[in-house]
Amino acid sequence: MRSVIAVYVENKYGVLTRVAGLFMRKGFNIDSLTVGETEDPNYSRMTITLNGDNYEEDQLVNQLKKLHNIKQVKLLQPGSNMERELLLLKVRNTPEIRSEVMAAADVYRGKIIDYSTDAMTIEVTGEPFKIQAFIDVMKPLGIVEMCRTGIVALERGADALQWGK
Amino acid sequence: MRNKKNAPMTGARILIETLIEQGVTDVFGYPGGQVVDIYDELYHRRDALRHILTAHEQGAAHAADGYARATGKVGVVIATSGPGATNLVTGIATAMIDSVPLVAITGNVSTDQIGKDSFQEINIYGITMPITKHNYFVTDIRTLADTIREAFRIAKSGRPGPVLIDIPKDIQTALCDWAPQPVVSPYPLPAVPEEQIAAAAALINAAKRPFIYVGGGAAAREMAPQILALADKIDAVIGCTFMGLSAIPHKHKRFLGMQGMHGNYASTMANKAADLVIGVGVRFSDRATGRPDAYAKNAKIIQLDADLSEINKNVRVDLGLIGDITATFSAITALCEEKRHPTWQKEIRALQQEAQRIAEAAEPADARLTPKRIFEVVNALKNDRTLIATDVGQHQMWTAQYIDLECDRRFLSSGGLGTMGYGLGAAIGAHIGDKNRVILVTGDGSFGMNLNELATAVTYRIPVTILLLNNGVLGMVRQMQTLMFDKRHYATEPARQTDYVKVAEGFGAKATRIRTKQELETAISEAMQYDGPYLIEIPIDKEELVLPMLPPGGAIDDIITQKEDLL
Repeated sequence: MRSVIAVYVENKYGVLTRVAGLFMRKGFNIDSLTVGETEDPNYSRMTITLNGDNYEEDQLVNQLKKLHNIKQVKLLQPGSNMERELLLLKVRNTPEIRSEVMAAADVYRGKIIDYSTDAMTIEVTGEPFKIQAFIDVMKPLGIVEMCRTGIVALERGADALQWGK
Repeated sequence: MRNKKNAPMTGARILIETLIEQGVTDVFGYPGGQVVDIYDELYHRRDALRHILTAHEQGAAHAADGYARATGKVGVVIATSGPGATNLVTGIATAMIDSVPLVAITGNVSTDQIGKDSFQEINIYGITMPITKHNYFVTDIRTLADTIREAFRIAKSGRPGPVLIDIPKDIQTALCDWAPQPVVSPYPLPAVPEEQIAAAAALINAAKRPFIYVGGGAAAREMAPQILALADKIDAVIGCTFMGLSAIPHKHKRFLGMQGMHGNYASTMANKAADLVIGVGVRFSDRATGRPDAYAKNAKIIQLDADLSEINKNVRVDLGLIGDITATFSAITALCEEKRHPTWQKEIRALQQEAQRIAEAAEPADARLTPKRIFEVVNALKNDRTLIATDVGQHQMWTAQYIDLECDRRFLSSGGLGTMGYGLGAAIGAHIGDKNRVILVTGDGSFGMNLNELATAVTYRIPVTILLLNNGVLGMVRQMQTLMFDKRHYATEPARQTDYVKVAEGFGAKATRIRTKQELETAISEAMQYDGPYLIEIPIDKEELVLPMLPPGGAIDDIITQKEDLL
C-alpha cells in the first residue's frame, strides 16, 4: 500500500536529518522524500511516500507529529490530491534509436533539453505511473543515466496545509 | 561590566540567568575547556544555583535523571565538548526511554572551528538527535535565552523527555541583551472528546473483570488518588509495569504488583484473565506483555496516554485516549457506575494464594540470605519517604518483586534502557533534590560500572545505603545461559578479587560485609543513621534465579514459576 504524506516543517538546521533519522530508527520503508521551500521562507514542505501497511502509516504520521520542528502532518487521500514527479533521462543519440526516442518523448509530452552528437536528455513531468511508463519504454533503448525527483503533491480545492496563518 | 544594569550579557551569563529564571536550583556537571565560561558564571551565581560536581559525566547525567524522577522537576546537567558530551549519551538515552525531563547543556568549539576536527570537537547535536525529545545547536546569541526556555518547555510537556542544547564557545562569550521572563508552562494537551470518555465508561460499566494497569506515566503524574478512587468504585484490581512501581502504595489491598516477564504471578495472571484492561501511562513494552498477539486476548483494552504514537504501537487497543491522563481518568471515573465483582475478587484471592505458595515453596529451609529475606529486612527498616534506587540485573527484578513502596516518586531505576551503572548517580541526584535518605540496591556487575561516584557521594555526604548483592557473577545473563544455553556460563563469571569493603573505604565511605539476617538488620540500622554513603556487601548464592519468568518471546501461558521446571 502506497501512502502520500505532506509535512509542513520549520526551515531550521537539521530538520531533514531529524526526519530521515526517524525513518531509519523506526525502520520505515520510504519510497521517496522531497523537500523544498514554501511561500513562507520560514517553512519547508516535505512530501513523503511510504510503502507500508496501515500500522506503518499510522506510526509514521504519529511519530512525525512528535518532532518539534514539524508543524503539520497530513495523510493525503488517494484521488483527492495532485501528484507530480520530474524525470531527467539520458539516452545515446544514435541513428538507430533517435526517431523512436523523439516519438516517445512527444507522446509523453516530454522535452528534449539536451541534444548533442552522442547523447540526448529528455525531461518528463507527470504522475509517477506516467514517469514509470516512459522509463519502461526507454529501457530497451538503453538508458545512460536518469534522475527522478520523487513525488510532490498538493490537495485539490482550496484546502491548504499551513501553519501560523 | 558584570553588575551594570541593563548592559548586554555574555551567552554564558544568559544561560545561567535563564536557568535561574526557570526555577533551577541545582545542576550536575563536570567542567572542561569549552564550558569554562559557563563555570565562571556558575561561580558568580553559586548563591542561587548549586553545582554538584560528579566523578564522570555519565554519573552527572544519571544524577540529573534521579533528581528529576524524585522531584518531578526538570534535571539539568552540564558537560564540556567532545568526550564530556559523549559521556552524557547513555544518561540521556536512559532518560529518553523512561520519559524523564532533562535539559543537558554542552559546550562546543567556536562556530568558526566547527567541522574542522578541532580539539574536543564532536557533533553531539547529531549524536543525540535520536535519543532526545528535541535538541539544539545554538549559532546565534539572540536566540539563546528563548532556546533555553523552549528546551524546558519541551522537556516537561506531554510525555516528558530530555532536551540537549549545544552552545559553541563564541556564543558563550558573545553579548546580547537579556530580560527575565516567567517560568514556562507545558504545551497544552488536546482534550479527549466527550464521546470517547463516554465510550470508555461504557466499556468499564460492561466489564466483569476489570484490571487497571498503571505505568510510568501514572507514577510521574502521581495519580494514586484517582486510580484508587476508580478501582474502589468499579471493584477493579491494579497491576503495574516496572516503570509504574511507585504509582500505587504497594500495601494497598487492590494492588497486585508488577506484571510481566518477571512480574508477580497474581498480577500477571490477573492481567491475562481480565475482560477489561485500563492502561494508564503504559506503553505495553515487550517485557510487560510477552508475545503481543497473545497479550490479554480476552480483554477489551483502553489506553490513556499523552503520546499519540503509543496508541496501537505494540498492542492493538480498543480505545486509545490521547490527552492529559489525570483529567481523562477523572472524567471517565465520573461516568462509571458503582460495581461489585465478587467472582472476580474470589479468583484474584486464589491467584494471590497461589503466588504466596509459589514464593514460600521457593524459599530454602536453611537460614541463608535469599533476596526475599533481604527485602523483608529492608521493608522493615525503611520508612515511607525512603527513596529506593537500583541498578540493572537480577537485583533490580528482586527489588521490583519484593520492595514495599509508597507512591509519589520513591523508585528510581532504568526500566526501558536497562542501564547498568545507573543507580549510584541517580541515588545522589535523588537525594540532592528530595533530601530524603536513599537505599541503592545494586549488584557487583552494575556497581562495578560506575562506582567512581562513591567519591561524589562522600564529598556531598549523601546518606545512601548501598546494598551490594554480591554473587560474583553477572547474574541476569548467567541466568539466561543457565536456562537457554545449557549452562554454558561464558563471560558471566568474572572471578574478580575485588574487596568492595576496602574499595568503599578507600573512597572515604563506610562499609561492612554481612553474612546473616541479624547482621543485615544491624548494618542497615546503622547505615540509616549515618550521614554519608554506607556500603553493605551481602554475599548471595550465584544460583539464585529471578522467578517467575516468561521466556523471551513467550506468551503469558509459558510462565515459569519454579526452579524445578527449569533445570
